[in-house]
Amino acid sequence: MPSLPDMNTPDLAELARGAAAHAHHAEIPTPDAGQEAFFEALLRIGDATLILGHRVSEWCGHAPALEEDIALANVALDLIGQTQMWLGLAAEVEGKGRTADDLAYLRDAWDFRNPLIVERPNGDFGHTLMRQFLFDAYHFELLKALQRSSDPRVAEIAAKAAKEVAYHLERSSDLVVRLGDGTAESRRRMQDALDALWAYTGELFLADEKDAAVAAQGLAPDPRDLKPAWESVVRDVLAEATLTIPESAFAHKGGKRGVHTEHLGFILADMQFLQRAYPGATW
Amino acid sequence: MTTVTHPSPAEVWDWLSHVPDPEIPVISLTDLGVIRDVAWDDDTLVVTVTPTYSGCPATAVINLDIEAALRAKGVRKLRLERQISPPWTTDWISAEGREKLRAYGIAPPIDGTAADGRLMGRVNRLAGADLAVACPRCGSKRTSKVSQFGSTPCKASYRCDDCLEPFDYFKCI
Repeated sequence: MPSLPDMNTPDLAELARGAAAHAHHAEIPTPDAGQEAFFEALLRIGDATLILGHRVSEWCGHAPALEEDIALANVALDLIGQTQMWLGLAAEVEGKGRTADDLAYLRDAWDFRNPLIVERPNGDFGHTLMRQFLFDAYHFELLKALQRSSDPRVAEIAAKAAKEVAYHLERSSDLVVRLGDGTAESRRRMQDALDALWAYTGELFLADEKDAAVAAQGLAPDPRDLKPAWESVVRDVLAEATLTIPESAFAHKGGKRGVHTEHLGFILADMQFLQRAYPGATW
Repeated sequence: MTTVTHPSPAEVWDWLSHVPDPEIPVISLTDLGVIRDVAWDDDTLVVTVTPTYSGCPATAVINLDIEAALRAKGVRKLRLERQISPPWTTDWISAEGREKLRAYGIAPPIDGTAADGRLMGRVNRLAGADLAVACPRCGSKRTSKVSQFGSTPCKASYRCDDCLEPFDYFKCI
């Protein structure tokens, strides 16, 4: 019986550095190979916004205050709206007649390319907020870079989404500061959340051969290049929030290659139920 | 032989200026600045619409309302196109639209503070800039933000510290 994929994935960054070092010797990818990497890159973005959007929407009706309930629902709405554009473009690039809905509702966990951080369970409100902040800061830098994509369709979606994400980041930064530099209880919870989530941030900045391929074509940035700006925002905000960044550089990884935690399956079971049970249902 | 005369684009713009926004019905679609272009492609009327927020549920309703309004005016062949670039900005809300918003109780966006890829609020707060939102009821600038997100993605919740009115602020993007 074949064993399940090992969570101890090879050092993707090292592999990518190796690939990048040889990139100028490599042949320009054939259109098919290039399109495949481009399709994957779009899934990595669109699946991240889809899964986080779904996670955040789980708070609808449950947040600790009405204003926060509404804010979370609005952030989820922005993310799902952006997903429609990213997965719509992914389907177009793939050219197999699939739609954004097909990609969202009819793929199984191993075909999803989101980083693991967005499938982490919500935990308490502070935990959700910390995950949002760590992701928003990355998302903001990613969209800034994607606005310079060599593909105008990517640049246009990024320009649209960046305006929305600027508000997400502003809100999550402010709340991380207020809760971190708040009561002893809120500070403890925010530190717990940071300790639990920090090891999931490293994956955002790992690059593999697909990242290298799209970066070489100017379609998307090399994830490693996003890290300095992300780190500077994160360090500033966490310092203001009086929180301590964990020292360990260990990074959980796998999501970008389709190796997920068990949580993703539960999300999909919930999110995809209707289309699985009643294929093609519309309303 | 009959000659079909199309209504001019200016006439169509005028019709659209009477179609209310589904969520903030005091302003029209042209006040909101979501209509990018009106043109004839042979005998088909093409209306280009830009969405406000990516996930705004009103987008579908807006398209439906445009279609209904133009059909009612006798337009038979109609095509709606979505344009996301340049992205919609609150700077496109007309001066008249801003006045209508204020009269309705929604503080209009502050001119020239549209999100431009920087964290305007944070940057300005740290720099101590005065970006006070005026209360649409009493005009006081002593107001506080309750939440970055209000009843719709495009609005934030505010409260007036003088007259105590809770109100929505149409935030800038």
